[in-house]
Amino acid sequence: MTVYLDHAATSPMPPSVRAAFADALAVVGNPSSIHSAGQGARAVLDDARARIAATLGVDAVELTLTGGGTEAVNTGVKGLYWRRQRDGARPVILMTAAEHHATLDAVDWLVAHATAELVTIPVDPAGRMRITALEESLVAHGDRVALVTMLAANNEVGTLQPVADAARLAAARGVPLHVDAIAAYGQVPLAPLPAGVSALSISAHKVGGPVGVGALVIRRGVDVEPLLHGGGQQRGRAGTMDAAGAVAFAIAAEEAHASLAERAAHKASLRDRLAAGIRSRVPEAVLSGALAEGALEEALPGTVHLRVPGAEGDSLLFLLDQAGFAVSTGSACQAGVPEPSHVLLAMGVSASDARGALRMTLGPETTADDIDALVAALPAAVERALAAGLAARTPRLGR
Amino acid sequence: MRVLAAMSGGVDSAVAAARAVDAGHEVVGVHLALSRMPGTLRTGSRGCCTIEDSLDARRAAEKLGIPFYVWDFSERFADDVVGDFIDEYAAGRTPNPCMRCNERIKFAAVLEKALALGFDAVVTGHYAHIVTDEHGNRELHRAGDEAKDQSYVLGVLTSEQLAHAMFPLGTTPSKAEVRAEAAARGLSVAQKPDSHDICFIPDGDTRAWLGERIPPREGLIVDRDGAPVGEHDGATSFTVGQRRGLNLGRPAPDGRPRFVLEVRPKDNTVVVGPKEALAIRELAGARFTWAGLDPVASGIAAAGDAVGHVTEFACEVQVRAHADPVPATASVTGEGDALELVVRVDEPLMGVAPGQTAVIYVGTRVLGQCTIDRTVSAVPVSA
Repeated sequence: MTVYLDHAATSPMPPSVRAAFADALAVVGNPSSIHSAGQGARAVLDDARARIAATLGVDAVELTLTGGGTEAVNTGVKGLYWRRQRDGARPVILMTAAEHHATLDAVDWLVAHATAELVTIPVDPAGRMRITALEESLVAHGDRVALVTMLAANNEVGTLQPVADAARLAAARGVPLHVDAIAAYGQVPLAPLPAGVSALSISAHKVGGPVGVGALVIRRGVDVEPLLHGGGQQRGRAGTMDAAGAVAFAIAAEEAHASLAERAAHKASLRDRLAAGIRSRVPEAVLSGALAEGALEEALPGTVHLRVPGAEGDSLLFLLDQAGFAVSTGSACQAGVPEPSHVLLAMGVSASDARGALRMTLGPETTADDIDALVAALPAAVERALAAGLAARTPRLGR
Repeated sequence: MRVLAAMSGGVDSAVAAARAVDAGHEVVGVHLALSRMPGTLRTGSRGCCTIEDSLDARRAAEKLGIPFYVWDFSERFADDVVGDFIDEYAAGRTPNPCMRCNERIKFAAVLEKALALGFDAVVTGHYAHIVTDEHGNRELHRAGDEAKDQSYVLGVLTSEQLAHAMFPLGTTPSKAEVRAEAAARGLSVAQKPDSHDICFIPDGDTRAWLGERIPPREGLIVDRDGAPVGEHDGATSFTVGQRRGLNLGRPAPDGRPRFVLEVRPKDNTVVVGPKEALAIRELAGARFTWAGLDPVASGIAAAGDAVGHVTEFACEVQVRAHADPVPATASVTGEGDALELVVRVDEPLMGVAPGQTAVIYVGTRVLGQCTIDRTVSAVPVSA
């Protein structure tokens, strides 16, 4: 039996969501059609949109459904940039180097293809945006700033970000702020959104909804240039609207928010149990982020991230997988080739230490027994991974 | 046993993994990521190292119902294989990167990591046969399918490496049989083209690839007496035995074509001469290993008078992956620590360059190998 501790990658869909999803798939009609069938589908969709919007304290008209979190982030970042940069006077994008790849790569693209200028805001050793540096950059670049984009919580190390402070600073200068709240949504309360947040991205499958469904909040008075051109069905997005996906997202979002405090307290207690177990049983491991600092109120309740200097994350992952624990190294990898995490590098961790990263993300169904079993399995896995790391670094055979 | 099946995404490694499963081993499939910047799709004759190949390997593992992981060895591969390849060419030698990969990556870094992680052996789809004698000693032999035999590129393995290697395809009579078996097992790679060429040179143009990495310097082309006969734009892009691309203005006095006999990177000179001057009668190398028991312990030769010396013994020597083996006599001689494996061929042998590997066979058995440091021409300079 596998203990699933990778909820930040995707969280299991509860039976209630699956059932509602299946029922909604039976609804006939395109929500944009005029006839009664279309109107029926539209009612289902509008209801779902309103319920998702309510979890963030925004109006339904401010929520554009997308085909997932990456599309939401791309629309938020590129859409705001293109609008702000229409006259060519505001090329500067402010962000940290510890953003999710959806943001990093979207901004890279704008730099390469749309004359954007990236100004990197440093993060502290816990992965927190340095708010004074943001303020300095906003002042230094003045009217040339197109937008600020930031995470609400770092998806790898779990450190909550100073969104309210950033929103205040950006709003004071009339600069729009996009927030990637995908890792934070459903984990910590986000509503009411600070006034300076212009756009905010969320994703369904991180809270038990379906993959391929996300949303971008676009506040009243904010315009984004769409990525997709077609029927113009929503603000900032073309494409047939997915009523069933929206229903499933709405149910999952409501369930996550109805018991948000209880779930957060449950996960936080298990997170602290795991962190304590690691501290006492695995002295080679170094915890990361706000959790390591003991700043628990600034850490996601369900994330434990650690590094084992001298071990490779893929060895740790392999050994724990073989022992029945589904965990992650925390960083994205194409074709499965693990890169040293850009988040850890931005935090000042060396490239070699960043290789030995491990992320455990807990969910509502995680139990104390799961955590105790993991704590029991970790010392042997770490010891083996350290031996393998040494062997791979200094091979003896064939020399 | 708990075995790691190295799965490149090709048909051979997929069937090898399948056979290891059938044999009752606990098998885990691992694709080795060797390129820092893998291409998306396979092109031409290269059958590994792209994302498509890693997906093929994953699909095969799924079909076999075994766990599958990707291990990143790209940095070590860049140092030990790609870097070595460039350094060897820069030194005027002709290396074999596949051997270097077997020696230093697959059966070294990967094997040691696997052993540390609790595996007993590494399984690959190589066509070679491991035989265990009555005392438990392991011998490496040619494959059942002589056309596919890859014992040459495995000749660098030592007894310790052989002790943890498994080649389930070794006794298969033909590659066609392996493809048929893959099809019968429902493996999608059954008809995937064979890979050849060097996996890290995407378009197969080795000379252009090297030219970008070893800055070419113009220099002289000389004959065997040292007399200049032409100029070149970079000595290290030439290989011994090469005839084309010399662009010598003047013909040889005897009007016969001239071939590259030697590349001297130190004075940036290329030496040319008649074809028969390519023939060698002796080759030798200080970097030699035995694939299992040494010739003395194997009862093939006697220990010499000095420490480490081995008396002459009859053998066959093969100098390239697809060359024919030729009869020879081998011995180990040298002063003090400077031992070398010396191989004297019965008939003059063409196509031998420093940096190549000479693999010594006795019958079908691989006895050992050396990287060739020096050769002795079969034809005197005056010829």
